Amino acid sequence: MSTLVFLEHHGSSIQRGALGVLAKAAQLDPDVAGVLIGSGVREIAADAGRFGAKKVFVADDPALDAPLPQPRVDVLGKLVQDQGFDTVLFGASVLAADVAGGLAARLGAGLNWDLSDLEVGDGGLVGKRSALGDTVLADVGWSADPKLGLIRAGSFDPAETGGEAAVEEIGVELEDFSSKAEMVEQAHAEQVGPSIEEAEILVTGGRGLGSPENFSILEELASVLGGAVASTRAVVDSGWYPYPTQVGQTGKVVSPKLYLGAGVSGAIQHKVGMQTSQTIVAINKDPNAPIFEFSDMGIVGDLNEIVPKLTELVKERKA
Amino acid sequence: MKIAVCVKEVPDPGPNRRIDPGTKRMDRSGDRSLNQYDLHAVEQALRLKEAEGDGEVVLISMGTSRALDSIRKGLGMGADRAVLVSDDAAAGSDLVATATVLAAALQAESPDLVLFGQQATDGDGAVLWAAVADKLRMPVVSQISELEVGGGQATAKRQTEFGYDTIRAPLPAVLAVADSLNEPRYPSLKGIMGAKKKPQEVKSLADVGVDAGDAGEAGSRTTVIGLYPPPSRGETIKIEDDGSGAQKIFDFLLERKLV
Repeated sequence: MSTLVFLEHHGSSIQRGALGVLAKAAQLDPDVAGVLIGSGVREIAADAGRFGAKKVFVADDPALDAPLPQPRVDVLGKLVQDQGFDTVLFGASVLAADVAGGLAARLGAGLNWDLSDLEVGDGGLVGKRSALGDTVLADVGWSADPKLGLIRAGSFDPAETGGEAAVEEIGVELEDFSSKAEMVEQAHAEQVGPSIEEAEILVTGGRGLGSPENFSILEELASVLGGAVASTRAVVDSGWYPYPTQVGQTGKVVSPKLYLGAGVSGAIQHKVGMQTSQTIVAINKDPNAPIFEFSDMGIVGDLNEIVPKLTELVKERKA
Repeated sequence: MKIAVCVKEVPDPGPNRRIDPGTKRMDRSGDRSLNQYDLHAVEQALRLKEAEGDGEVVLISMGTSRALDSIRKGLGMGADRAVLVSDDAAAGSDLVATATVLAAALQAESPDLVLFGQQATDGDGAVLWAAVADKLRMPVVSQISELEVGGGQATAKRQTEFGYDTIRAPLPAVLAVADSLNEPRYPSLKGIMGAKKKPQEVKSLADVGVDAGDAGEAGSRTTVIGLYPPPSRGETIKIEDDGSGAQKIFDFLLERKLV
């Protein structure tokens, strides 16, 4: 097995998800290599060694500054072919999914996504994934090399081994079409207030709230419970609540003691960000909302009536 | 402007969906409909065409021969015509095989813009557009929450783990839109009646110039080895609110020592 892990970075740090995948890959392949693709990334190559990579390939070029997928496909495609890697692993993210999809096409390779675990069996590498809204688990494999895998966020924790990686610089040759998309303005995540990742209790509002004003009843409930308010992509994209509170695939991954969703349908993109919560409570007027399939306690009803009543009950107890 | 929208027929979301344990493929014999995320891509295409006052919206799909039943919903919304690649040899296609077939069908159309929805509700993947863009050698932008198209270029707001990026790409380009971008219109009765008369072409792999060895299982590089029921999360309680919903949640939180 010769394994390469895509080390996605943001600013001067390698993403936690990528380091988690690196830790898992190092268990399966002690000689695992990583690749850093960006501008000014040479300095962070040593971090990859500390987290388990034996070798780090570095593609450092101003043309790779913006986190756009296609130039990264060019670099990875050539590297995988030149070095003969048989396995390429990614920690799921918006960027990594686009890179992995493009690389699969470029190399004519198999890509399995949403993997929550990897193991090496008699027949080689096997990925574990859930499907159909997590109602079925599947063992998936690859019929040819290279094997590409996208790992579900939060599946593996990084492991600091304190090792050192050999660093090798690689050349950058870009396809004409790969540089056509250009970054006009790059996101800078702003932190407002306490992070929802640290809250033990999260009251989450979704599109079912009906209006941005209704977040006030969630804020009151969160306040009496001693928790924070979180949100879904739908309400953030609609401008109802700020982006740093968003839970899900393109937001935060949270694992509170209590997750209470009000008007949250529980679509898979949201679920991947909160499914490890210890206790899940849902209020939704749609009895078929997917969130009821993975809630410990679900109430089919009107959140406008239930939430304020619940706030009063908690207040009375605390008084 | 010619806009191609890639759409897919999927089994209706809900408890009846299953993977056939024999073939280890999605069971597509039950109730089916157009993937709900694709409706947002169709809606966006129609709005772009309406804003320009000219152009064509073509639905491109791969699926069983009956998939046109679902695709007609997009025609009912206002798309001009549909092309379905349907071939026994294309069944069981994985990502790369699917991208090969769709890219071939798209190439024959030479669109100015290729739109995708956020993901398919059956496969839960969100990677196909990137593979298709690579095959077509076009720029790609995904996870789009705001989109402007004009002057031969697209300017998109992309949501990532860090917030919103603004990305610009010249046309032709491949764009994948989020479901928050718009609210899809319902097909009118007139639209539904008219949909039946709109051009609906069914093409074989040979028609789009794809070798049977590059599609279906022969063209796929991933396999499904086994299927299992998921571990239970424990008991789930679902109660219809009869006025005591808040009390029931409160009692439950007390029991778990969460208040």
